[in-house]
Amino acid sequence: MDNEQTITPMTEAEERTDTQVFGFWLYLMTDLIIFGVLFAVYFVLRGATFGGPASYDLFSLRSALAETIVLLTSSFTCGLALVAAQRGKANQTIGWLAATFALGAAFLALELTELSRFVATGASPERSAFLSAFFTLVGTHGLHIGVGLLWIAVAIVQVRLRGLTAGTRSKLTRFALFWHFLDIVWIFIFSTVYLYGII
Amino acid sequence: MKFTLRAYIIGFVASLALTLAAAWLVWIHVSSGHAAFSHSFLYAAVLTLAVVQLFVQLVFFMHLAGESGPRWRLSAFVSTAGIIVIVIAGAIWIMGHLNYNMMASPAQMESYIQSQDGF
Repeated sequence: MDNEQTITPMTEAEERTDTQVFGFWLYLMTDLIIFGVLFAVYFVLRGATFGGPASYDLFSLRSALAETIVLLTSSFTCGLALVAAQRGKANQTIGWLAATFALGAAFLALELTELSRFVATGASPERSAFLSAFFTLVGTHGLHIGVGLLWIAVAIVQVRLRGLTAGTRSKLTRFALFWHFLDIVWIFIFSTVYLYGII
Repeated sequence: MKFTLRAYIIGFVASLALTLAAAWLVWIHVSSGHAAFSHSFLYAAVLTLAVVQLFVQLVFFMHLAGESGPRWRLSAFVSTAGIIVIVIAGAIWIMGHLNYNMMASPAQMESYIQSQDGF
């Protein structure tokens, strides 16, 4: 519990950040609907393998779990970057952002390795409706991670050049929401696509 | 918004535990030759663990509980979640019935489509 919650009027910069964060939150909610619809498509088509490989032929618990833990850890280091930014420590912030970038890139590399292994064994998106839906869902998530990586790189440069101003901090807050959001989406991919797929 | 180290550590440890618990359940089931649990129990358990983790991350990572004043972010999230539940549950429900009512048995359907040499 926060016991020192004194009621002070927000400064102009804080109020601006608050509005920006809310606007960004609304974007995340619409993005969530995109993922929701892709999940619906996947659940409807997951049995439609057309004689091709099914989920239990392809998915491996080990690689899905590795991807999940890497992404979860990157979500944590992203939070640590925010804590460092709040304390006004620019170098620490950059360090945690770099760690987030490295883990995010490792996640994307693991995912691309897995997907290219699927394609190499003939389980490409055009093989069956199940695989089309799977590649669309996981690919859309991967694309978001790619955009997030670009965003981290830009954020690192901005913090280095401008320091931790109200502006860069507000951007970091929004980036963190984006990154945690992608982790939450991945948790559902891990649970209802990968784990359900091998049960 | 205030970001505390403690919240992130709690969120991270809890998320890790929930992820490992779900993976462990499925691993036991698969390594026992799909005999350890009933499938409906596993589906429900894995989904429950994921939903618990959703709330853990919303509270500890996305600070949804720490909003002051009118809870705009929370209300936007609740309405979005409502839409998603309707879309996903509705799609599974309706498409399942269409499948059931309009097709021959899946095996017959498969051989029919394959005999037509694809589309």
